[in-house]
Formats: sequence, C-alpha cells, structure tokens
Amino acid sequence: MTDLTSLTIAEARAKLSAKEITAVELTDAYIAAIEAANERINAYITVTPEKAREMAKASDARIAESRARPLEGIPLGIKDLFATEGVHTQACSHVLDGFKPRYESTVTQNLWNDGAVMLGKLNMDEFAMGSSNETSYYGVVKNPWRARGSNLDLVPGGSSGGSAAAVAAHLCAGATATDTGGSIRQPAAFTGTVGIKPTYGRCSRWGIAAFASSLDQAGPIARDVRDAAILLGSMASVDPKDTTSVDLPVPDYEASIGQSIKGMKIGIPKEYRVDGMPEEIEALWQQGVAWLRDAGAEIVDISLPHTKYALPAYYIVAPAEASSNLARYDGVRYGLRVDGKDIVDMYEKTRAAGFGREVKRRIMIGTYVLSAGYYDAYYLRAQKVRTLIKRDFELAFQAGVDAILTPATPSSAFGIADEDLASDPVKMYLNDIFTVTVNMAGLPGIAVPGGLDHKGLPLGLQLIGKPFEEETLFKTAHIIEQAAGRFTPSKWW
Amino acid sequence: MSVDLATVKRVAHLSRIALTEEEAERMTSELNGILGFVEQLSEVNVDGVEPMTSVMPMQMKKREDTVMDGDKATDIVANAPNSDRGFFLVPKVVE
Repeated sequence: MTDLTSLTIAEARAKLSAKEITAVELTDAYIAAIEAANERINAYITVTPEKAREMAKASDARIAESRARPLEGIPLGIKDLFATEGVHTQACSHVLDGFKPRYESTVTQNLWNDGAVMLGKLNMDEFAMGSSNETSYYGVVKNPWRARGSNLDLVPGGSSGGSAAAVAAHLCAGATATDTGGSIRQPAAFTGTVGIKPTYGRCSRWGIAAFASSLDQAGPIARDVRDAAILLGSMASVDPKDTTSVDLPVPDYEASIGQSIKGMKIGIPKEYRVDGMPEEIEALWQQGVAWLRDAGAEIVDISLPHTKYALPAYYIVAPAEASSNLARYDGVRYGLRVDGKDIVDMYEKTRAAGFGREVKRRIMIGTYVLSAGYYDAYYLRAQKVRTLIKRDFELAFQAGVDAILTPATPSSAFGIADEDLASDPVKMYLNDIFTVTVNMAGLPGIAVPGGLDHKGLPLGLQLIGKPFEEETLFKTAHIIEQAAGRFTPSKWW
Repeated sequence: MSVDLATVKRVAHLSRIALTEEEAERMTSELNGILGFVEQLSEVNVDGVEPMTSVMPMQMKKREDTVMDGDKATDIVANAPNSDRGFFLVPKVVE
C-alpha cells in the first residue's frame, strides 16, 4: 500500500469516499509521520493525537452513513495564531504562556464544520512577525528542503514556517496560515508548496491573534493548487463577528481548476525587477511568462510606480497597528505575569520577559510613530502612500489586466542564523518586497512553485488578482503548476 | 529623523517594556536603521491624497443593540494568572 501521507487532499477525499481507506488510518499515518519527524523539523509545537483520532472516528461514521462533508476526514495542521478551544494557542510567544482559549476561531470552526481533523498546532514566528520562523519562542523550524549535496539546515520562511514545512514534509494534508506582509506566500515559495492570501475580508479574522488588523488575512498552504482551492473554500465565509468580513458568497474555487486562460491579460510590472535580484529569479519569471503565453494569455508590460514605497510604508503601518493590538498582553487577563513593585512595574517586567526581540522592536517602532508630534509625519503619510499603491493596481486593472505575474521572493531559502540577516533587521524585511504590496492594497495573491534553482531549492511565482477574484488566481496558478510540475524534497529527516 | 537613547527609553516606557541599558543601546541603533529605511517615504508627493482607511469601499457593519452574548465570567477569567471569584487580581493601584 502506498504511504497515505503522500496523498493530496483531493486524492485522499476520493479514497475515503470510495472506502479504500478510513479516516482513522489516514490520521494514524500522519500521527506516525509527525512522531518520526517532528524532533528534527520542529513544525509542530503541540500534537493532539487523541482529538485527531476522535474526529477521524466521527468522520468514518459519517462516511459510512453517506453524510460526508467537503473535508471529511482530512487531517490538517493549524498555525498557532488561530484560537482552538482548549488547545495550546500562544502565537508562539512566551507572553501567552499556558493560554488555552475557551472559544474557537471562525476559520478553524469552518474547517471542523466541514469535517476536517485537527492534528495539532504549528510553529510560526512570534505573533507572525518574521520571515524565517526564527523569532518563535519554540525554536526554529527546519526547511524539509536542503541544497543539493548539502546537509546545512535552511529556514522554511515565515511567519507561517511551521505550516509550510509541515505541508512540504507531508506532516499534514494541508495547513492554515496567515499573511500580513507575505507570511503565507514567502514560506510557500521556500518550501515548494502553494499558498494563497485571499482578498482582505474573505476569511474572518475572528479568533486569530491580531498583528496588524488592516493587513492580516488567513489562507491555506497546500501541496497543490487544487488542494489550496479546496481548503480556501472551507476557510472563507461571511462572518458577523468580524466587521471587515465582506458580504459576498464564497464561490466554488475548485471548479476553476482546469479552466482556460485563453485571452486573459497578464501584467508584468517592471518595478519588480529589483537591483541585485539573482538571474535565476529573472529566468524563472520569464519562464512563467512563456508558460502563460503558451496557454493563450496575452502578456502586457505594466507599471506600478509606487512599488518601492510599499515596504517602508508597511514598516510604519504594521508596527503601529501591532503596538496597539499587543497592548492587551499585560499580565492581567491571560498568559505570563512577572510580579513587580507596582502595577506599571508588573506590566513592564511581564512584557520584557514575554516578548522576543523582534516583537519588542516592532511595538517600539509602532509606539514611536504614533506618539505625539510624529503621527502626521509617519502614520498618516504611510496611509496616504498606501492609497497610491492601491491606485497603481486599480489603474492596471482598469486598463484590462486580469492578473499580475511576479516572482514570489527575491531568493530561495537561506540558512538558519544567517549572520548577514541577523545583524540588520531591514535586510530580513526585504524578503517581503514582492509580497507586501498585495497586503497594502488588500488584494489576493497566490504563490505557486515554478522550478528549482541551481542549488536544487524551490522558487515560487506570485500571481496577484483583482479583489475577490481568487478564482482567476487558481486557474492561472494551475496552468503554471501543470507546466512546472510539482516539487517534493528528498527525505533526510 | 533619528532617535537618541533618551527617546528610546521614553518609548520603551510608553510601550510598557522594561529594557536594560544594553538593550536600550542596541534598540537605539536598530530603530534608527528602520527609521532610516522608512525615511524614503518623504520623497513621495502625497498632496491631496486621502489616507487609506479601508481596503474595500464598504459601510461599517452594524447590528441591533441587543445582548447577544455573555454570562461567561468563568470562561473570561479562566486564563488569568491571578483571579478570585470572577475578578482579575492586580497589584494595588489606588491607595
């Protein structure tokens, strides 16, 4: 019998409904794989085998009664940012020490309502702040990919590094993730997986620990484009508990897989050709252009002139929102408390001990740019620049462009504890240069593997779409996937 | 614009994060690195541009002003580091 963990969600769904396998067998296969691999990969910070088996049993009962739901019996990993009732939920921060919510996030509840099985909680950068998963209180995640002939450990990207690594190493059938500046798409690109950040407002933010509320969006990381479409169809919903949830019905995303892109207009933004970008990335981009042209799309050059300002504007807006969102971690209502001589001293000591370096840095930047006398110069200006970034995209779409093709990241996965990156926070931030514009404008973006670089490491392409046109992204990404093939790391763990 | 050590200490206090002297010094140089990076925004002409307040043009959702939830005192204090009979306990604030 083939290894059950090698099945995609669509394949597992078919075998489950044909009763060739049971949900319990599938879940057990994943639990065994996690037990064997997690010590080395560190993708999971908590595994919930009893809960998983219980959910799988219930799924088998429903399948037997022909009452299977869309994700019946499919084992998933959940990023630690999502509140899961009674289960470790700490955003991989020490400040939430011991927190077990009494409620469930809307996105995970949607998945359970559709029959999915929870395997456990996945590692991530603390409060989703990072591009390498190195800021987690629970230690770094190792990328299942290594350079050809090398045994050097690489980062899986971040912040959804545990999600991407677990999907790539077949430690779950699919995973939830979140993306504030690139945290779904960059790790997907680094691990040869597919990740989509939907339009802002498509997935409810209720029950997801807030980082930057005007940018945060949940989305899936999956093994292929079809699986990503299946997962997003269950994660997305209209939710009265999130006032930014948009009142639009959730389409059948999976139905867009296999549709033609003939006659579609694909924009190639010249501003994404940045200094110092490896030739391989440029070559991959051109390859992507050729694939889409061969499939009948029309390729047009476009200009998004404010692209270079997206990252600096992000590093004002995101820390500003983070500084107010993270004010709630005060040692009073939940998590860690470090006693002090008075209440202010208690706050200061709790937050000093509870937050890691990167989180402290961002809270302080945010506090500074929002402080008296600086609000107009920093925050207000950044929000105006954001309007200009959004307008660039709107003009391209008004001119008839259906989707935009760019590289997903400026490089392939880098080493753990890279000295060059560790010494300069801004260098790490540059990882998100191609993805962050999409969050600033609220648009949907998908990362899909395009090939391997000379070291044998995956590289991703990004497609950016119009608001709420995720279907266009799925069908176009599927064309790229058909041409590029799928990529799986050789097992060393 | 750049920050000095005194400003960093003031911002740390506003942020309610205790910093050691050494951390404050390191933070000063890191914050200046980031502020130097975002400085390029000053070259953008934003005259007459409205600040972005929402991604999608939409009305803020409203609902009836009725009680929809509640009676969860036990749930709410369940994760508190220190609580007593449904109250959060904190160090004495008022003399």
